[in-house]
Amino acid sequence: MQFESWQAFIEMGGYGFYVWLAFGVSFLALALVVVQGLRARSKLEQEFVKEQQRQLRLARRKQEVS
Amino acid sequence: MWRWLHPYAKPEVVYRLLGRWLPWVSIGAAAVLATGLVWGLAFAPADYQQGDSYRIIFVHVPTAMFSMSLYIAMAVAAFVGRVWQLKMADWALAAIAPIGIVFTFISLFTGAVWGKPMWGTWWEWDARLTSQLILFFLYIGVLALYHAFSDNRTGAKAAGILAMVGVINIPIIRYSVDWWNSLHQGATLTVFERPPMANSMLIPLLTCMLGFALLAGALVMQRMRNEILRQELRRPWVKMELQQGEQA
Repeated sequence: MQFESWQAFIEMGGYGFYVWLAFGVSFLALALVVVQGLRARSKLEQEFVKEQQRQLRLARRKQEVS
Repeated sequence: MWRWLHPYAKPEVVYRLLGRWLPWVSIGAAAVLATGLVWGLAFAPADYQQGDSYRIIFVHVPTAMFSMSLYIAMAVAAFVGRVWQLKMADWALAAIAPIGIVFTFISLFTGAVWGKPMWGTWWEWDARLTSQLILFFLYIGVLALYHAFSDNRTGAKAAGILAMVGVINIPIIRYSVDWWNSLHQGATLTVFERPPMANSMLIPLLTCMLGFALLAGALVMQRMRNEILRQELRRPWVKMELQQGEQA
């Protein structure tokens, strides 16, 4: 460990603001892209379910008509 | 070779293969990246000139490097898509571009935040910084073109051409620090020479690079699976795949 205390670790030899800003925003950007990918996936699954239900409705209507 | 490769041209095979690999690559990325970053932040020695501010390097250099590698990968995919009419190569554009945007953004942002205490300015219209900014806009252009047409193939074609033309920017970024007088320092790591960096800093940096490489891989795999699903949503194999998933 290069730092003697948590305080020194946070301060980063006076560059704390810059170091933690860089790391914080990078982490945030990566977290956002992961979450967005997962949300896109669940949206696709919902779309798939909707499509299945639509197909089912269409099939039923066809039966009713004939 | 073609016979061996042929099954891999099927979307469902690629989808399942990526699904099998994704958890392992993700776990690997998280573990290696956490190790590398903690090592770089807390255990690597401070720089004798830049003090602790240099620790930004552990994010800045890997993301900058892979922002370029990802672009080359994307351009190769575009080329394969155009020449061999491989639709999945086209889809790879949509998988790689968002990750490239994020990596380029991180490299620009961490560079600015590092530049402020070291150079006294957040931004300078200097060759390296400007060409990297152009890379950012190229990625955005490729992604926007890809999704700009109601016909997917037209969009992929347009995006692919932009991706291929944009490759010219990669050597410009790479050699900008040699060709022009730049505020930016020269390359820290080169393939053929021993890097002028102490092992105590080099090893955590290489660890971070492996971590970011795995992370880029995992993210691209995730996006690729999404794109395959989006394109094939009405195919029977998707029905089997997703309904099995629901029951399990």
